[in-house]
Amino acid sequence: MQRQVALIKQSLFDQGYLDEQFIELEELQDDANPNFVEEVATLYFKDSARLISNIEQALERGSFDFNRLDNYMHQFKGSSTSIGASKVKTECTMFREYCRVGNAEGWQDRRGPRRLHVGPSNTGTDQ
Amino acid sequence: MATKSMGDIEKIKKKLNVLIVDDDPLNLIIHEKIIKAIGGISQTANNGEEAVIIHRDGGSSFDLILMDKEMPERDGVSTTKKLREMEVKSMIVGVTSLADNEEERRAFMEAGLNHCLAKPLTKDKIIPLIN
Repeated sequence: MQRQVALIKQSLFDQGYLDEQFIELEELQDDANPNFVEEVATLYFKDSARLISNIEQALERGSFDFNRLDNYMHQFKGSSTSIGASKVKTECTMFREYCRVGNAEGWQDRRGPRRLHVGPSNTGTDQ
Repeated sequence: MATKSMGDIEKIKKKLNVLIVDDDPLNLIIHEKIIKAIGGISQTANNGEEAVIIHRDGGSSFDLILMDKEMPERDGVSTTKKLREMEVKSMIVGVTSLADNEEERRAFMEAGLNHCLAKPLTKDKIIPLIN
């Protein structure tokens, strides 16, 4: 089981989903906080779900409030940076650039018809 | 050389009292853990306004304040300016995003920071500053 977990984790690093910041978090885990990484990951997924829901609702309203969307992406990028979720961080940067130049088409093209999802059962940003 | 190294280690072991100012709960947990890992103790504020209130009401004295830049209620630039006006002498280290441009970083520094670090924060980034 542990070997499987290690292989999955390595795969996430190899595919660029995780970066060295995740290793920093693992190194902070100790006997006093043996579940630190799990706690951080759980909080990240909860927070991500909230932000993605907010973004989806904002998009479903029809008009693009780029300031609001940029604010959500800023938060999402911040927490993704802190946990080492590298690909998510990169996507957030892209979306923020679209907000900066008011590119609604870019948003829609990048997002596509699929709903965004980040969760423990899905290592990617798209479902 | 050995004496200088021992001094550095003792400095790190001394209980560093840190105020962490950030609106992201994830960052607060991680930064608290980093401070604990380097032997310090910490208090948190969810935004700049809370940080100002902590100083105004508690008369608290911190060795180090980690100040996020973008926060609701009162951002990092405004908070740093306010704390310096209140004659807060703590080392204030700004925490910025890599996306921030040079002008934004300069404005943050000019508000009264001692240093500026880019996210994500790590032990290796903080230890040299407190030495």
